[in-house]
Amino acid sequence: MPPEYYRMLEEIQAIDFVIVELNLYLDTHPNDFEAIKQFNDFTEKSMKLKIQFEKKFGPLMNFGKSFSNYPFNWVDTPWPWQV
Amino acid sequence: MVWYYEKKLQYPVKVSTCNPMLAKYLIEQYGGADGELAAALRYMNQRYTLPDKVVGLLTDIATEELSHLEMIATMIYKLTKDATPEQLKAAGLADHYVNHDKALFYQNASGVPFTASYIQAKGDPIADLYEDIAAEEKARATYQWIIDLSDDPDLNDSLKFLREREIVHSLRFREAVEILKEERNTKKFF
Repeated sequence: MPPEYYRMLEEIQAIDFVIVELNLYLDTHPNDFEAIKQFNDFTEKSMKLKIQFEKKFGPLMNFGKSFSNYPFNWVDTPWPWQV
Repeated sequence: MVWYYEKKLQYPVKVSTCNPMLAKYLIEQYGGADGELAAALRYMNQRYTLPDKVVGLLTDIATEELSHLEMIATMIYKLTKDATPEQLKAAGLADHYVNHDKALFYQNASGVPFTASYIQAKGDPIADLYEDIAAEEKARATYQWIIDLSDDPDLNDSLKFLREREIVHSLRFREAVEILKEERNTKKFF
């Protein structure tokens, strides 16, 4: 895969990790307003980055969470363990 | 639909060299008693009977464990994909090769198949959450023992990420215990 693939993927992984951390934190601290603002900010960032990534490298998610090209490109490689 | 698949790992997995011996150790975190499969299934299953206040946390940690299972699978796959039968034999994986070729299998480092008896579910919230805290600490220790045996710097980077996640999960489960204790203390009895 081109360097661009790895660069964009790593950016998404970093932002999604922040979201996972905030999510688990908020599960036990549901009244932390600042953390909820960060959670929503990063969720928006993640969505935007994934739209950019998917335009170049195909769908990230199955079952209607990503759009498809013709032919159906969800089934295309690489799978996560192949990169 | 309950879970969606996303075509990405939670954290990058690189391996420096083909090393089936390390793959043999890593199987412990794939299908062992304190491995990622056991963790995901344990929390997913306990959710149904735990108090509402902690169900979100159990759902989310179970989901994260599934992403860790895929990271471990990726490590094992990458460490063995170029190995010859001779190399697998030298790494103590001849028995595995005879039965499975290079296919992954839910078993521990000694080749014992995964069993549901690794997963506790007592229906008592405190007992179940203490079980979960212990499971995270055991998984953290296992990651440390594997890191101690591994001389692959790329692999160790990913293993250290997973080790740190066990610490965070343990902390969150401890907070869940406190939430339930607090809830119990504020209940009014007439």
